[in-house]
Amino acid sequence: MSRDTGTYIKRPNRALQFYAMAFLTVLYVPVLFIPMFSFNDSIYVRFPLEGFTLQWYVELWNREPVWAALGNSVRVGAVVAVISTILGVIAARAITRYRIPGKSALVTFIMMPLVIPGIIFGVSLLVLMSRLGISLSLYTVSLGHLIVCLPFAVATLLPRFEGFDPSMEEASADLGENGWWTFWRVTFPMVMPGVVASLLLSFTISFDEFIMAFFLTGTDPTLPMYIWGQLRFPQEFPSVLALSSLILFVSFILVFVAQRIGRIGLNDNAIIEG
Amino acid sequence: MSDAFISIQNVNKYFGTFQAIEEISMDIGKGEFFSLLGASGCGKTTLLRMLAGFESTSNGEIFIDGQPMSDVPPHHRPVNMVFQNYAIFPHLNVRDNIAYGLRKMKLSRAEKDAMVEEMLDLIALPGFGKRKATELSGGQRQRIALARALILKPKVLLLDEPLGALDKKLREQMQLELRALQRQVGITFVFVTHDQEEALTLSDRIAVMSGGKLLQVDTPEGLYEAPQNREVAGFIGNMNFFRGIVRRNGASMGAIEAEGLGTIEVPLDRLTQANGAPVDVALRPEKFALSREKPTNGHVVSGKIGTSAYLGDRSHYYVHVDGKADPVAVSAPNMVGQTNSGDLWLSFSPDSVVVLDA
Repeated sequence: MSRDTGTYIKRPNRALQFYAMAFLTVLYVPVLFIPMFSFNDSIYVRFPLEGFTLQWYVELWNREPVWAALGNSVRVGAVVAVISTILGVIAARAITRYRIPGKSALVTFIMMPLVIPGIIFGVSLLVLMSRLGISLSLYTVSLGHLIVCLPFAVATLLPRFEGFDPSMEEASADLGENGWWTFWRVTFPMVMPGVVASLLLSFTISFDEFIMAFFLTGTDPTLPMYIWGQLRFPQEFPSVLALSSLILFVSFILVFVAQRIGRIGLNDNAIIEG
Repeated sequence: MSDAFISIQNVNKYFGTFQAIEEISMDIGKGEFFSLLGASGCGKTTLLRMLAGFESTSNGEIFIDGQPMSDVPPHHRPVNMVFQNYAIFPHLNVRDNIAYGLRKMKLSRAEKDAMVEEMLDLIALPGFGKRKATELSGGQRQRIALARALILKPKVLLLDEPLGALDKKLREQMQLELRALQRQVGITFVFVTHDQEEALTLSDRIAVMSGGKLLQVDTPEGLYEAPQNREVAGFIGNMNFFRGIVRRNGASMGAIEAEGLGTIEVPLDRLTQANGAPVDVALRPEKFALSREKPTNGHVVSGKIGTSAYLGDRSHYYVHVDGKADPVAVSAPNMVGQTNSGDLWLSFSPDSVVVLDA
C-alpha cells in the first residue's frame, strides 16, 4: 500500500471540500458586490460594469458630514469598547473565581442580548429615555451599544480566565502582594491578549451597529446612520457603496486581528498547566 | 513544647458539612524538615494551605513564631510556598519570577540582580535569568519555584508535593538536593507528600494523616519501628498482622497468644494492654529469618513456602503457617541453591514485635 491517505481523522474528503467552498461562496459573494460596484463608473448598480473609477471615494473624502459621522462612530466605539471590556473583565473574573449560586443561569443572562432582537432593546431603551426625560445623544447610543457589546466582551474574556490557573494568584499573594497588586502584576498581564481582543471586537461591533443607533441617535449620526440617511438620494448611492466597502474592510481587519490576538498564549498555557 | 516554631492547636476545618481536618494539634520545631504524609484526600494539603493562609481555620489556632495567624492574610505571613504545579508566572522571565516578591523591599535594580544571581547559583542554574518561563523543563521550574520563595528568606517554606510531577530519576536527584538545600539555608520546611519512601528519606519528623485526623507524629525510624496503631503500621512499609490475645503470667513475664505464631514471650515494656485484651501483633517482613535447620534462639515457627518473588539482592517469600489464613510475607536473603518450596523454619526476635490495640 503506497498511497498515503493521512490519518483516519484527517483523510481528505472531496465532497466536504466542495461543500465548504460552496458555503463560503454563498456567504461572501453577495457582500463582494458592494466593493465591486463602488469602483464602477456609473451611478446605477447594474451589469455590465462600465469601467473603473475612484471618483466615489474622492467624493466621499471631500464630504464634511462623512467625517463628522466617522468621528461620532469612533468616539462611541472607543468609549463602548473600554467600558464593556472593563465590565467584561470583572464579570469573567467573578464567574471563574467565585462560587456563585445559579452561576450558569447568570452566564445565560449575561449572554441574553445576543439572542434578543435589537429592535426590542432599541424600542425599550427609547421608551425608558423619553420617560426619564433624557434627550437622545451619542450617550444614549453608547448605552445601547454597551448592551450589544457586553456579551461579546464576556465571551471573549471568559476562556482567558477559565484557562487561568488560580494558583498563579495564590503564588502572588504568597510572595507578598495584596489583591490589587496581584491583579496588575499577574492577572491582568496574563489575560491581556483577551483584553485587547475584547477591545477590538467591541469597537467593531459598536462601529457597525445600526438598530440601536436608529432608535437612540439624537442630532449627531453615527456612520451607519449617515449611510441610512443617504439611501434616500439615488445619486448618492455609489458613494454609499464606497463608504460601505471601507467599513467592511476595516471591520474585517479588526475582527481578524482580534481573533489572532485573543488566541495568543492559550495553547502555551495549556501545555504549562498540563 | 517551648521551642515549637509552628504550633497547630486544636485545628478543625469544615467544607460545608464535610470535615476535612479533625482536631489536629502538633508542634514543628525551628529548622526542622517536617513532612505531612497521607493518602490523597487525607487533609494534608488542606493543612498546608491553612499554614499558607489560603484556607481559614474553622476553629483552633495556628501560631507561627509565637504569632497567632487567624487574622493574618497570606501576603503578610512569614511563610512561602512551592506549589504542586510550581505556579511559575508564564508572562515573566526567570529573573522576574525570582525577583517577584522583592518589590516592597525598595531595592535598586543592581541589588535585586545580585540577589537573583545568588539564588540562581544556589539552585545551580546560573545564567538562566533571561530565559522565558515557558522554556523550562519540569526540574528547572521546580528549582525556580524554590528560588522565588527562598529569596524572601521566609521563616517557613511550605512544599506541596513538589516532586510529584517529576520522573523517578529526577525525583530522586531532587530529593537529595532538597535535603542538602534545607540544611544549607536552615529554614523550617513543611513538606506534603503521599510517597512514604520520599517522606522517610527527607524528613526529620513525619506526621501521618488519614481521613482528616492526625495518626502519629514521629521520626522516620520511630514510625517504622514503633507505629502506634494499625493504620500507621500498614501505611509505612509492609507489615504482617497477627490477631492475638494478651496472656500476663504474673508481674515479671508477658506473653501473647497470636494466630499462627503460638505464644510469644514479649518484654513487659512493650506490653501495656491488660490480661486477656485482644491485640494485633505486627511484624515487618524483614524481621523474619528463614532456615532449613531449626534455629536455637528467637521465636521459632514451622512453615511452608507458597510463592516467592526474586528481587535480585533479596527475595520475597510468602510462607504459610498453621493457624493463619493469609501467608506471612518474609523479605530475606535469597536461599541460594535450595528449592523455594517445602518445609522450613521461620524465626524472629521477640524484640522486633510491635503490639497494637486491636
